[in-house]
Amino acid sequence: MFLDIMGELAVGFLTTCELFALTLIFALPLGLLVSFCTMSKFTPVRVLFKVIVWIVRGTPLMLQLLVIFYGPGLLGLPAMRNRLFAAVIAFVINYACYFSEIYRGGIESVSKGQYEAGQVLGMTRGQIFFHVVLLQVIKRILAPMSNEVMTLVKDTSLANTIAVVEIIRVATTISSNYAINIIYPILYSGIFYLAFIGILTLLFGWLEKKFNYFRV
Amino acid sequence: MTFLELKNYRKKFGENEVLKGISLSLEKGEVLAVIGSSGGGKTTLLRCLNFLEMPDEGELYLGGEKLFDAADKKQYSDAAIREKRLHFGLVFQQFNLFPQYTVFRNITLAQTLLAKQDLRHKKALFAAQRRAAPKEERKKLKAQQKRVLDEIRSNQKKNIEEKAEGLLERVGLSEKRNAYPYELSGGQQQRVAIARALALSPDILCFDEPTSALDPELTGEVLKVIKGLKSSDSTMIVVTHEMEFAKNVADHVIFMADGVIEEEGTPAEVFDSPKSEKTRAFLRRSLEENF
Repeated sequence: MFLDIMGELAVGFLTTCELFALTLIFALPLGLLVSFCTMSKFTPVRVLFKVIVWIVRGTPLMLQLLVIFYGPGLLGLPAMRNRLFAAVIAFVINYACYFSEIYRGGIESVSKGQYEAGQVLGMTRGQIFFHVVLLQVIKRILAPMSNEVMTLVKDTSLANTIAVVEIIRVATTISSNYAINIIYPILYSGIFYLAFIGILTLLFGWLEKKFNYFRV
Repeated sequence: MTFLELKNYRKKFGENEVLKGISLSLEKGEVLAVIGSSGGGKTTLLRCLNFLEMPDEGELYLGGEKLFDAADKKQYSDAAIREKRLHFGLVFQQFNLFPQYTVFRNITLAQTLLAKQDLRHKKALFAAQRRAAPKEERKKLKAQQKRVLDEIRSNQKKNIEEKAEGLLERVGLSEKRNAYPYELSGGQQQRVAIARALALSPDILCFDEPTSALDPELTGEVLKVIKGLKSSDSTMIVVTHEMEFAKNVADHVIFMADGVIEEEGTPAEVFDSPKSEKTRAFLRRSLEENF
């Protein structure tokens, strides 16, 4: 019985992992673009993206999921059919905005002197960003990033709202189907989350050590 | 012959006019010391020379040719400004070494990037040559070009590394080549910064209060290195609070106050018989600081 439940939960957890990975793959670079836009010298772009970040950070992710999934259909556009796809879109937008603020903090913490040193050495803006600034930014944002990434692991359970069959959805379904004590499948799903977070903790610890060779 | 000539440099920040028409000239191989109390515009002058700030008015001649004219500044592209910058080097008060790179990489980075750019140009040129060549010869040409490129690449690397090693020796830090900036004392960091600026062989090397961020016992080693650089072909502009250094090393001294050159001349003229009341007051104050 326990193994059966764990097997079903594992299948649900695959979807959780899929959502997690897709979100990271798209939100990490998109967040960098958004952060550039919120720091843009061109006022309309800067204001527009600051408003977007405000809206996304100012409303619950659950609401955003519902809007992305049901919104197009309600507006008379082709309805969203793929629930996972809708979830990925909502998560990418949401996390890109949070990441953008982390990037912005990291980029702004690099001293002006670093840029100026690059400039007087004849470097282009691109060279200064990629060869001088970027590594310092990565080192500085590792700790807040690890927090955000771990939050994402658990936030994926919100996809449950639009019936994406991730691990929590599987667990609640099992509970109602088997008419067993409702708490156990959900409790077991915690093991998956814990194991995943454990791996991420080790990974970020290793990364932080990797970046210990210099100080900023 | 005049090597560097500055004509009527003016710079305003908002309503605050920081440079009120600075003109100066410098011979090749000369060391110019710029002294004056803070807020007098010394640092802004250096930043304008390195195009970190754009002067509102003024012209700059280098080796007899016009390098910069504030009237045309809108027409200069980013690339053009970068090219102009390479005539000047700047050593910062706060060193500004790149923390993630070793001492050696700090010195070679900019040159390596420039070398890569050159190589890319060459590649584009070769590709055009290949397209122009008859079809049957293209393969042969390609192999030949590859040999040339490989040779250029290895020569570049060799030159850059040899130069960096020479510079490290000159600032007395050969054994620190693989250290990271945080492992060095402030004085050592500033010496690396000097080597890094010299790596691009600037026509004029500027120092912005190079010892102001250092503990008193570390200023000596940096000043010694700067003094050691003095030769017939290295032209330097040093903004400094070290009056003894200005007196002993500079060929020419400028005293700046409120955005103008209040007094200039040889060290003997400025320090021993200053004409301006402001200069006298400044020198008196800085002597009192030294007790």
